[in-house]
Amino acid sequence: MKIAIFIEKNPVTGKLRDVTAELSAKASALVEPFGGEVVGMFAGDELPVNSDDLFSSGLNRLIAFSEKRLMDSHTIAIKNIIEKMILSEDPDIVLFGATSLGREIAPLISSSLKAGLTADCTHLYIDDFKDKGKILYQVRPAFGGNILATIISPDSRPVMSTVREGVMKVPESMNKNEIRSEDFEMTLQDNWFMNDFLKILPKEKKVHFNKSDIIVAGGAGVGTKENFKLLSDLADMLGAELGGSRAAVDSGYIDKSRQIGQTGAVVRPKLYIAFGISGSIQHRAGMDESSKIIAVNSDPKAPIFDISHFGIVEDMKTVIPVMMRYLKEDLNG
Amino acid sequence: MKKIIVMVKQVPDTANVTGDSMKEDGTVNRAALPAIFNPEDLNALEMALEIKSLTGAEVTVITMGPPKAVDILKYSLYMGADKVYLISDRKFAGSDTLATSYVLSEAVKYLGKFDLYLAGRQAIDGDTAQVGPQVAEKLGLNIISYVQNLVEIRDDMIVVEKDSDVQTEVISARTPLLVTVTSDANDPRYPNSFNMLKYFRSDLQTDISDENKNRYEKNGWVIPVLTFDDLGLDPDKCGLNGSPTKVHKIKSIVLKGGDLTLFENNEGGVMGLVKEIVKDYSGEN
Ligand SMILES: Cc1cc2nc3c(=O)[nH]c(=O)nc-3n(C[C@H](O)[C@H](O)[C@H](O)COP(=O)(O)OP(=O)(O)OC[C@H]3O[C@@H](n4cnc5c(N)ncnc54)[C@H](O)[C@@H]3O)c2cc1C
Ligand SMILES: Nc1ncnc2c1ncn2[C@@H]1O[C@H](COP(=O)(O)O)[C@@H](O)[C@H]1O
Repeated sequence: MKIAIFIEKNPVTGKLRDVTAELSAKASALVEPFGGEVVGMFAGDELPVNSDDLFSSGLNRLIAFSEKRLMDSHTIAIKNIIEKMILSEDPDIVLFGATSLGREIAPLISSSLKAGLTADCTHLYIDDFKDKGKILYQVRPAFGGNILATIISPDSRPVMSTVREGVMKVPESMNKNEIRSEDFEMTLQDNWFMNDFLKILPKEKKVHFNKSDIIVAGGAGVGTKENFKLLSDLADMLGAELGGSRAAVDSGYIDKSRQIGQTGAVVRPKLYIAFGISGSIQHRAGMDESSKIIAVNSDPKAPIFDISHFGIVEDMKTVIPVMMRYLKEDLNG
Repeated sequence: MKKIIVMVKQVPDTANVTGDSMKEDGTVNRAALPAIFNPEDLNALEMALEIKSLTGAEVTVITMGPPKAVDILKYSLYMGADKVYLISDRKFAGSDTLATSYVLSEAVKYLGKFDLYLAGRQAIDGDTAQVGPQVAEKLGLNIISYVQNLVEIRDDMIVVEKDSDVQTEVISARTPLLVTVTSDANDPRYPNSFNMLKYFRSDLQTDISDENKNRYEKNGWVIPVLTFDDLGLDPDKCGLNGSPTKVHKIKSIVLKGGDLTLFENNEGGVMGLVKEIVKDYSGEN
C-alpha cells in the first residue's frame, strides 16, 4: 500500500505546518499492517527547514520540486506539480491537511483525476469492503457536527482526503526512518502563474492549542471583556492556553484564532476548563475528546455538564477568585 | 466587468438542530429542519451586487437542487440579482461534490461566458468547500478561494484579500476567474422592497399554468428550469453514478457523559475543583 501526503510549509516560519507531521504519522500507522510506504510531496520555493523531521514521524520518502517562483502559493502551479507527482507515484491514498491551501489544491486535483475526495476527516481507518479488498474508511462530522458520517470511495484511485490540523496525534516515539529525498523533474509553464501577490500581511500568531496540557476556555456567560481578563489571569497562572466559544469570539472577548469547535480549533488537552460555555454541539465538536473536562456554569441544565467530569453550578465571577486563591496555595506549597 | 455568475445552495439549517431533527436510526430528518440560503452564498451574492453597483455588471444566480430551492432564487431576485436559474432533475439526486460540480459547470457553460464566477467558501450541510474549486477546474479557470475582502475592481482585473490561515494575501488577478467568498467579506443586504413587489409572484417555469404563461412572461416572473436533457449531460457523471464518494454509515453524535461529579457551590466545592486541576498541572510554564 502506498500513501502520499501533501507537505505544506508555513510561509511565515519557513517550517512544516503541524498537520504535515500528523498526516505522516497517521499514514504510517495505516500502511504498517500491510507493508508499503509513505511518500511526501512538496512543491514550493525551498523545502521547510525542518523537513527531515518527517522521517521521524513515519515518512519513508520525500519528493520535492523547488523553485523560487513558488515562493508565493501559486495555486494552479502547485496543483499541476502535485497532480503530476500523484500520477507518477500512483498511490492508493492521498492525504492533505485541511488548511486553506490543502482545501484548494485537493478539490482541484480530485476534479481533474475524477477521484473521490472527503473533506475534514477526523478519523481514518482501513478495512475490507466487499470484493474490493482493503479500502480507506473516512470519518467526518457533518450537518453542523450533529452527525458523524463514514465515507468510502471504493472505486476511486487514488482515494483522497483532507484532515483537520490537530486531530491526528503524533506518537511520542516513532522509529526514525532513513532520510530519502529526491528532486522531481518537471517544467513550469508561465500561464500557471495567474496571480500577482501584491502584499502579504501578517496575521495574529497561530495559537498552539496542541502544545498545551491545559486549556482555559470562556463563553458568552463570561459576560464582559473585563471578566475575560480573569480567565486569562487563571490561564497564565496554570501555564494554560486561552480559548473560547464562538459566542465569546463574536462578543469580542477573544480573538477568532482562539475559537474552539467545529469552525475553530479541534483540541484534546489533558484538562479543559470551561467557564460560561453552554456546550453547543458545534463547540463540543472541538473539545469533547479532552481527557478531563471541568465546567463552571450558572445553569445546572447547561449541556456542557453532560460531557464534563467535574463541575460547579455557580457564577464564574464568584468561582474564579476563590479558585485562584486556592491554586496559589496549592502551587506554592 | 460585464457579467457575473453566482452559485448558491439551499441547505438545511444545521445551526438549529434539535432532538426532533434526528431520526431514530441516527440519520438527519431533513424535513424537520428549515431550509435556508447557505450563509456564505449570501456573501458571494452580496459581493456580486456590490460589483454590479460599481460597474453595472449583470448578475446571474444559479442553484442546483429540488424545486423547493426556488425560494433562494426568489430571495436572490429580491436582493437585486438580474437573472436566476434552477438546475433540477431527478437524475441529479445523490450527487457528491464531484457530480455537483460537473452539473454546475455544464450549466454555466450553457449560460455563456462570464467575467467573474462566484461561490460561497463552503455550504453548512457538508462544510466541504470543494464545489467552488472543482467548478473552476472543470471550466479551466483561475481560482482564488477564501476571499475575505474585495479591494478593487477594474474592467478586466480584480484585487482581493485572501485568508490563507497563517497570513493574509492581497492578490490581483485577471478575469475571468472563480472566487470563493467567506463570511468576513461583507454583510449581505436585506431584500429590497421594490424588488419584492416586483418578483413575489415569480415562479418556476414548470409550475406556471398555461393560462398564466403570457402574463408571467410579460412581467418577467418566469424562473427557467434547466434539466439533464436541456444541458445534454453525460449520465455517468451525474447523481450516484458520477459520485465516487459514498456514505457508508451515519451516526448521530451521542454524548459520552454520565460520570459527572458536581461539587457544592461553596468554598469547599471550589477547593475540590482546584484539587482536580492541580492533578493535571505540569508546572512547566
Ligand atoms: C455552522 C456553525 C458553526 C459553529 N461553530 C462553532 C465553533 O466552532 N465553536 C463554538 O463554540 N461555537 C460554534 N457555533 C456556535 C454554537 O452553536 C453556539 O452558539 C456557541 O457555541 C455558544 O457559545 P456559548 O456557549 O459561549 O454561549 P451560550 O450558548 O450563550 O452559553 C452561555 C452559557 O453561560 C452560562 N452563564 C451565563 N452567565 C454565567 C455566569 N455569570 N457564570 C457562569 N456561567 C454563566 C449560561 O448558563 C450558558 O450556559 C457554530 C454555529 C454554527 C451555526
Ligand atoms: N447544489 C449547488 N448549487 C449551486 N451551488 C452550489 C451547490 N453546491 C455547492 N455550491 C456552491 O459551492 C460552494 C461550496 O459548497 P460545498 O463544497 O458543498 O461546501 C457553496 O457555497 C456554493 O456556492
